Amino acid sequence: METENLTGVTEDIKRQEVVLSNLRQAVLQNLDSSIQTDQFLLNMGPQHPSTHGVLRVLLDLDGERIKRSVPDLGYLHRGTEKIAEYRTYNQIIPLTDRLDYVSAMANNYAFVRAVEKLLQLKVPERAEFIRTIVAEVQRIVNHLFWLGTQALDIGAMSVFFYTFREREELLDLFEVLCGARLTTNYYRVGGVESDMPQEVVDRLYRFVESFESNIREYNTLLEKNRIWLARTKNIAVITGDDAVNFGLSGPTLRGSGVPYDLRKFEPYGAYDQVEFDVPLGTNGDIFDRYWIRIEEMRESAKIIRQCLDKMPSGPFMTEDHKVSFPEKGRVMHNMEALIHHFLLVVQGFKVPPGDTYCGTETPKGELGFYIVSDGSGKPYRMKIRAPSFVHMGAFDHMAKGYMIADIVTIFGTYDIVMGECDR
Amino acid sequence: MLNDLASAVIVIVAVLFVLLTTVAYLTYLERKVLGFMQDRLGPMEVGPWGLLQPLADGIKLISKEDIIPSDADKAIFRIAPVISLVPAIISFAVIPFGRDSFHFLGITTHPYITDINIGILYVLALSSVGAYGILLGGWASNSKYSLLGALRSAAQVISYELNAGMSVIGVLILAGSLSLVKIEAAQSGGFWHWYIFPQIVAFVIYLISGIAETNRTPFDLPEAESELVAGFFTEYSGMRFSLYYLAEYANMIMVSSIATILFLGGWNSPFAFLDFVPPFVWFMLKVYFFLFFFFWIRATLPRLRYDQLMKFGWKVMLPLSFANVIVTAIVVYMVRH
Repeated sequence: METENLTGVTEDIKRQEVVLSNLRQAVLQNLDSSIQTDQFLLNMGPQHPSTHGVLRVLLDLDGERIKRSVPDLGYLHRGTEKIAEYRTYNQIIPLTDRLDYVSAMANNYAFVRAVEKLLQLKVPERAEFIRTIVAEVQRIVNHLFWLGTQALDIGAMSVFFYTFREREELLDLFEVLCGARLTTNYYRVGGVESDMPQEVVDRLYRFVESFESNIREYNTLLEKNRIWLARTKNIAVITGDDAVNFGLSGPTLRGSGVPYDLRKFEPYGAYDQVEFDVPLGTNGDIFDRYWIRIEEMRESAKIIRQCLDKMPSGPFMTEDHKVSFPEKGRVMHNMEALIHHFLLVVQGFKVPPGDTYCGTETPKGELGFYIVSDGSGKPYRMKIRAPSFVHMGAFDHMAKGYMIADIVTIFGTYDIVMGECDR
Repeated sequence: MLNDLASAVIVIVAVLFVLLTTVAYLTYLERKVLGFMQDRLGPMEVGPWGLLQPLADGIKLISKEDIIPSDADKAIFRIAPVISLVPAIISFAVIPFGRDSFHFLGITTHPYITDINIGILYVLALSSVGAYGILLGGWASNSKYSLLGALRSAAQVISYELNAGMSVIGVLILAGSLSLVKIEAAQSGGFWHWYIFPQIVAFVIYLISGIAETNRTPFDLPEAESELVAGFFTEYSGMRFSLYYLAEYANMIMVSSIATILFLGGWNSPFAFLDFVPPFVWFMLKVYFFLFFFFWIRATLPRLRYDQLMKFGWKVMLPLSFANVIVTAIVVYMVRH
């Protein structure tokens, strides 16, 4: 009797437990569904003060933390590659000015090198030195611009004005050199457009002399600033392997400790005749990439000084008259020269059939031109490997888990320029 | 009675006039100071040395179209800038600008609008109300940037109001009064009587909290330009937009005034032989010193990140301010007994 009762009681208890656990589950489920929050999608750009042009990113946010980010490119697409198929090689050089519009000289250089590789053209010694000097000046200009905007994005506004002061000085030199500050169109296939005047040489010496103290001035505001360190250290970390797999290049790659610099790897210009170091990072974070760009400016100043010391005299344009324009004075008086000039302008110089890829170490990374020639005066196909475009591929990987405020610093750390990215 | 009323009206008009012109010219001063620090000129076009720039800005802002987004909560959107500005201005009612009563049109008036015995509490309470203007404005705009800005602002105000309040307690223990007039009077007789020396920790904490409360660099997260476009007032334009700006500058003057009164002796002169300088001038000098400090910080420091700001507020500042209160209380108790 008692045992029956007892079993009845235990069964009762068991039944109650089942009911209770069911109830608990139901409540928990309900609770869960009531806690479920909506996805917070933020459409950042293309109109936004700090997306460096017309970049659009779709952010999937958890509070301020980024769960996923999808870059949407193409707002500045101008069809450069297609237009190039209808232009002679000399006409394409001004198109390249507009790729990475804060360092036009570097784009010019990358393009003419690719064409010269197709032509198997030898460039005079003096031209190589002028090109190297101008490319390094452009690197300093670009890094100054980068430093100012990166600091401005993080909120340190004064650095911006200090770096622009020196940048103006260098842009004035460009103006003396070729008449333009930004869209320079200075390099030519086979040399450069005009010789470097003595005034530029003197002013460059003076600039290089005082530049070190200027860098120290920028760094007093940043290098040991705890807020700057907190905002850059261990942010947007990428390992060396990942960086290589994503195809990163330039300071963005070297920040992760991968010693890949085309100036050392396959030297061009006068880089094999000067001594310079390639600064490497260790952590692959924003601070390392900042430090690398600062050091690169120092190295560039070193290269410029050595090149100025060693610069030989001689022609600044190749003697190969299949490529170079005849002297202006002769065009006015000599029939053959006039015809020569006319044909070079109308048809352009003929490039033997074939294809080539040529990468150049621009301030932002490896800018490569892949050119297919069918033997005419215009490229059959031109493909631009723009570092900014490749870098955007790693954006989601590097931004995941960080906060909205870090988004703009990651744009900055790529040194992204949309003209080059969307082409 | 009539005399009291007249004296009150005179002081209110005087304070409002001085305050609003200071606010207007503070924008000019800020741009000039920043320009000086950044190797450029600042405004130079309107009037001699750009002195009429604030006037030109005012005319421009008033004549701008007042755009209200179609999806906005219109009533709250309209009222929010006012909620932000009004507390910032009426908290000046308890600020004593000078020591002596003065005569104007035969009426004797005090250099303050009113001396209530809970002066500092009144100021703290009103500065919290000002945050509602930011919150409501960000919410009513119905924009994601504004909402994020408003959320940041709410979090920031909660964490830094607390620190500001705690840091003030140390001074209150020393002065034994909540009235700003009495706190100033307690610090008279040379700069070594100023509370900045016994309360140096509280002074630093109050200054940092003050910068955070007024949304200035490096704590300008609610309006972080490079991240949230313009933060909580992204959708605002014209005069409503400028009301937020006026509120920010009025709050800056407020924080500077409170810091002056609590820690730098208010209108007291540092040395007895400098007493011939009117107390009003001393007060203004000290306030402008703090304002200059605000500009200086803005030209120098980058912006903190949201989570770093929170961590700093709760894990560093709050324990420090608690410790300061406890140590002050114990020391004061031991000295007095």
